[in-house]
Amino acid sequence: MTTTPPVTKVLIIGSGPIIIGQAAEFDYAGSQACRSLREEGITTVLVNSNPATIMTDQGIADVVYIEPLTVEVLERIIAQERPQGILPTLGGQTGLNLAVDLADAGVLDKYNVRLLGTPLETIRKAEDRELFRQLLLTLGEPVPASQTVKTVAEAREAALRIGFPLVVRPSFTLGGTGGGVARTWGQLDQVVHDGLAASPIQQVLVEEYLEGWKELEYEVMRDGADNCITICVMENFDPMGVHTGDSIVTAPSQTLTDKEYQMLRSASLRIIRALGVEGGCNIQFALAPHPWAAPHLYKGGNLPSPSYYVIEVNPRVSRSSALASKATGYPIARVAAKIAIGKRLDQIANAVTGKTLAAFEPAIDYVVTKIPRWPFDKFPTADRRLGVQMKATGEVMAIDRVFEASLQKAVRSLELGGRSLLWEDPKWNLGEEASLDQLPLRANDLRLWALMAALRRGFSIQELSGRTGIDPWFLSGLQNIVDMERRLLSEPLSPRLLRQAKRMGFSDEQVATLADRLPDQVRNLRKEWGLRPVYKTVDTCAAEFEAQTPYFYSAYEQENEAPPLPGPKAVVIGSGPIRIGQGIEFDYCSVHAAWALQEEGTASIIVNSNPETVSTDFDTSNRLYFEPLDDESLLDILENEGMNADGSPGQPPPSVVQFGGQTAINLSQSLARYGMPIMGSSAQAIDIASDRHKFEDFLARLGIPQPPGATVTSVEEGLNVAQGISYPVLVRPSYVLGGRAMEIVQNATELIHYLTSAVEVGHGKPVLIDKYMEGREVEVDAICDEEQVLIPGIMEHIERAGVHSGDSMSIYPGLTLSEAEVKTLVEYATRISLGLGMKGLINIQFIIMGGEKYRDPATYRESHPQQAGDSTVYVIEANPRASRTVPFLSKVTGVPMVRIATKVVLGRSLKEQGYAGGLWPYNGVVGVKAPVFSMSKLAGVDTYLGPEMKSTGEVMGVDDSFRPAVAKALLASNLSLPKRGAVLVSIADKDKPESMLLMRAFAQAGYRLYATEGTAAMIQALGLEVTMTPRRLDEGHPNMVDVINDGLVQAVVNTVGQATATLRDGFEIRRAAAERRIPCFTSLDTARAAVESLLHGDGGAYQVLPSDAYLRMGRRT
Amino acid sequence: MPTDAYLVLEDGSVYQGESFGATATAYGEVVFNTSMTGYQEILTDPSYAGQIVVATYPLIGNYGVNATDVESRRVQAAGYVVRQVAAYPSHVASTGAIHDYLAAQGVPGISQIDTRAVTRRLRSQGAMMGCITTEMTPQEALARLAQAPRYVDLDHVSLVSTKEKYSWKNGAESRDISKNSGIMVAVTDCGLKLSILRNLRRRGCSVTVVPATATTEEVLALKPQGVVFSPGPGDPAMLSYAIRTVEGLIGKAPIMGICLGHQLLARAFGASTYKLKFGHHGGNHPVQDLATGKVYITAQNHGFAVDAATLPQGLEVSHLNLNDGTVEGIRHQRLPVMGIQFHSEAAPGPLDNEYLFDRFLSMIKEGV
Repeated sequence: MTTTPPVTKVLIIGSGPIIIGQAAEFDYAGSQACRSLREEGITTVLVNSNPATIMTDQGIADVVYIEPLTVEVLERIIAQERPQGILPTLGGQTGLNLAVDLADAGVLDKYNVRLLGTPLETIRKAEDRELFRQLLLTLGEPVPASQTVKTVAEAREAALRIGFPLVVRPSFTLGGTGGGVARTWGQLDQVVHDGLAASPIQQVLVEEYLEGWKELEYEVMRDGADNCITICVMENFDPMGVHTGDSIVTAPSQTLTDKEYQMLRSASLRIIRALGVEGGCNIQFALAPHPWAAPHLYKGGNLPSPSYYVIEVNPRVSRSSALASKATGYPIARVAAKIAIGKRLDQIANAVTGKTLAAFEPAIDYVVTKIPRWPFDKFPTADRRLGVQMKATGEVMAIDRVFEASLQKAVRSLELGGRSLLWEDPKWNLGEEASLDQLPLRANDLRLWALMAALRRGFSIQELSGRTGIDPWFLSGLQNIVDMERRLLSEPLSPRLLRQAKRMGFSDEQVATLADRLPDQVRNLRKEWGLRPVYKTVDTCAAEFEAQTPYFYSAYEQENEAPPLPGPKAVVIGSGPIRIGQGIEFDYCSVHAAWALQEEGTASIIVNSNPETVSTDFDTSNRLYFEPLDDESLLDILENEGMNADGSPGQPPPSVVQFGGQTAINLSQSLARYGMPIMGSSAQAIDIASDRHKFEDFLARLGIPQPPGATVTSVEEGLNVAQGISYPVLVRPSYVLGGRAMEIVQNATELIHYLTSAVEVGHGKPVLIDKYMEGREVEVDAICDEEQVLIPGIMEHIERAGVHSGDSMSIYPGLTLSEAEVKTLVEYATRISLGLGMKGLINIQFIIMGGEKYRDPATYRESHPQQAGDSTVYVIEANPRASRTVPFLSKVTGVPMVRIATKVVLGRSLKEQGYAGGLWPYNGVVGVKAPVFSMSKLAGVDTYLGPEMKSTGEVMGVDDSFRPAVAKALLASNLSLPKRGAVLVSIADKDKPESMLLMRAFAQAGYRLYATEGTAAMIQALGLEVTMTPRRLDEGHPNMVDVINDGLVQAVVNTVGQATATLRDGFEIRRAAAERRIPCFTSLDTARAAVESLLHGDGGAYQVLPSDAYLRMGRRT
Repeated sequence: MPTDAYLVLEDGSVYQGESFGATATAYGEVVFNTSMTGYQEILTDPSYAGQIVVATYPLIGNYGVNATDVESRRVQAAGYVVRQVAAYPSHVASTGAIHDYLAAQGVPGISQIDTRAVTRRLRSQGAMMGCITTEMTPQEALARLAQAPRYVDLDHVSLVSTKEKYSWKNGAESRDISKNSGIMVAVTDCGLKLSILRNLRRRGCSVTVVPATATTEEVLALKPQGVVFSPGPGDPAMLSYAIRTVEGLIGKAPIMGICLGHQLLARAFGASTYKLKFGHHGGNHPVQDLATGKVYITAQNHGFAVDAATLPQGLEVSHLNLNDGTVEGIRHQRLPVMGIQFHSEAAPGPLDNEYLFDRFLSMIKEGV
């Protein structure tokens, strides 16, 4: 036996940018792991490319690298740090894949680094379909029958063996493109024929379709001594066929007998033992469903045999394990990290009870419901059907004592503009004689509401179960809600009825709608009748032991376990589910706000509904309320915290609303209305900054230029305004986040369409129309204490205005800004912040018009040292809160912005904190933030960048000068161009003149050019070689899409003109690029940055250093 | 409209809820069980005789009741306290709703109770007497409760044990006690769970069940190769007749004591037992096998425990509860006896501990 050296230093791989399928849960896991390992005296080295994470903050790991997650970068880190172990199981699929790549590249052997947690062989077994299948067969575990085929005849043979129904999955296509379900021979021929055509290698997998089977997930843990436990069992509301990330999920299981529960538990333990995982593991099963859900399985009176199948195993911490952690209170990542370095479950304390050990299985005494948050509100053209490809960007979780209440609370947590379960889509056209065919009952984001509508119209549970495969138990829960709706509609509202409704999770607003009252009247009735929620503890043990955890959920029950926290305290309102436009950045801010409060001796209370986050870790704050972020739950919490010892109403604590994104800011107005104290900028100041009309007046008073525009409330008004300021114009609704429903409109026809269809102007929602200015876009985050304004940094966008700031590449510092421009920006930011009376953070966005058309960030400062100001700075918006760029800016400047702002909010001035006003001195670091998209997962979504935000995450490249920094940002965001290759270009006429430089640059880099007709002519005119490809898909082969699909090009540049026909054609190219996962540049600016980076060959010259080392280097001369 | 009902505890706490199951009044020691599945097994477990069970998991009856998930001939618990009862159970094997099941057996239940509040009270004050009623005011119930016989004063074992011996054949009781093939195991029914018999049969044993009152001679007359003393309700100190039988069998046949059987075994060796504050009732208790250091998740249901300090020489602690350090198993250095405080037969609970039946059988084969 060889002796392995003790592990004293461990490298932890983060999961990189937030993409669909890999979200904030890995920040939660990674941060927990770092703390857990440091407790054990291990030196932790962390690498992640995502700056908007807590894990990449100083103080979480011993050494932090914010660098691209590539084999090359990791090898350099390993060579520098020489860790004995690497922990790849906490960084999602990214971390796991990278570990395999490092092993394959021989890096682990070369530096004698051990893979901790999960053996390499196991990763391979779990990832490779065939190896995994073999392993399960060896264990005697049932797996669905399947066969790979290359012809229809082979498929027929397979079908004969496996039996119908079958699912056909083409190999190497995304999102199940070209696949389908076959129930008959005729359908099989058709689906296989189509599937073979869709597959680039003409191959499809024919698999037994477990239609309507229950889907269950077991979270299991194993230590090096082979002790195994299950942490949580989750049962999906949606049966097999919907990705678990897109399923509504409950914990614990609801419809399993103990025998079934234990049968799958035992199978889970056999599997984790066979895989040899040391740490956490997620195992998915299909279990035979109720006969109503799948009558075909029970034909002939026999029970399905086998009664279950193993579907999938994730030999790592996963999204589900984050959910399981929050659902049970058991910190899976924390324990998994300790196991990875050799601790046994019985050597690890249970942090929740403080008395018992990690070696036990949590007992739950409530019901947890998770509902995914999908981006379809942002992408109306996206395919809303749910299937094997996950589409949700985030999720909410709710806890209550019964399923009905837990579900309804989760729906409230989704923040769908007040859409409760009462909502029905007018498009369904449900009349008296409604038919089920009118309802979207196939898996999609609206199915839950469709089921409610069907039950309201008297359709039976059996019928709906048969249609959807959803277990009758879940449907009977919905039926209970419908029955209560009926009672509220028909019976007089009595204390007893109201109590019953509240116990089923009806919000005051729902009760009000049904009982024909106003929400405030219902609230007042509740007060009169003494109906208020109590708060119960999540304690891992169903109250068997006393819990130390301050982790609460509301319930209409008898006993309150959360008496008001004593002493000074404040509530930090979180940001809810991760969605496009409101991502992990705001959780980052909420967490830092909670910590800063604690530093100042003020107890922090976090309210949030998102299970994936660090903020909902029970030891982040002094107290956690896992609750929806709406008026009702906030007011209840504030009243609970304000209660006097005798239970009478007292003084509620103040709320901090500026760190939780638009969710928290939106709550400020109603909190103020109810007389609840707000810390920081007042509700009034927030209102002025958020209401475009008031803000326009405000800027006009200060004499600060803004693009001409106006707020309109009707189509006529809109057309007049647009004509006055001339097209193109930028249109958007007031109170927005993430540029929702924001568009650039070129003419009156488009404007009418926008105003009538997109935003439904006239529903009391004003629309803003501004002159669209294609200038340089700049933004500033500032902290104001009502006396001074500290501006940590100015960021400029690589893309010109028109691309949403969240989708732009952003550079710190403003390398192409003249001194005069900087001076103006600082002055405006200062005057605006003070003028609004901001207390805390503010984000201001500017457009600079005039000056040279193009300035090279790498050289501008050197070449234009004394540039005189011949440009105009316009203010386009101000956000009276922490912005998306706060984590990035904090990291590149070293200024802990949230901490400072929180202390300002508490009343400690900048001066007292040792900060002065004005622009923070530049430290010589260049940071480039690049957006990351999840386009390959969202069929039907146009990847074209515009004023609507589309990215799901971000990365940061940091170095001591622009070129290496941008090279790293491109690398980390997968926009990096390979050293040689070919590019497909299709440029709109308006952009052709400007694109010539870019074409030359590509040619200079040795790239072959493919182009559509017009663009090809322009390229030829430049004297460059080009291959012309037909634009139209029906004009023969190879057309543009073929060029992409056949792998002839490594990138696409495609800009869009005004003609909608070009838009449509371009759509096909852009989708093809997304599915092929090659960079697709829709802005010439981004493309230029990429090709310049390639030309300068800075890819190899970047440094790989701990993030604080960059800050220490100072300006390089 | 459901009938109002009360749960009244002897310390005066009152919880108002709705009646389900039988409309009746029940008295018993109130204990909580933290299992999230397996309510039918729990209700039919004779160890719950004389007790009112509080389910900490709030949703009960989701998958109905069925013919197979039973651990004895009838519902044994005196009453059932839950947060919500499923009106429409959903499972292919379901033969009915729990409401009708309890009603048919005359056992009252109460729902819409803040079971977490009740649990916290029991945790802090200890298990206590209580009553479920639809017929009395809380004050009346409290007065009656004071006069009701106390749980610890009753010999529940004699009430639940079989009166006749029988054999376990083809998954059912049989009066034909002729030996099957396989190792002959006698099981003393102190409140037996059928899963113990199923486990032994599955391992090829010939199983004969005898009443708890069976004497050493009566047991030996069956010529058993091993004897199991089953789990059961109540205080082991009251069961001198059973302890005498164990004493007589030590050294004459390998013995496995499960739960109450384990306590009887300890007492037969002269050790003492004591009442736990609120007992262990659930399916998630970690137990460490001291010989291997391995940790097993166990099903538990006991209100009494063996006092480690009183174990005589030769008898040693083999298993410990990792939550509270109580004795979970004993073994003898020389004699073929083993006792486990937890339930190797699970039902409900994790199946991790069925290997202990194998250990018992190898003890029979090897004599140690």
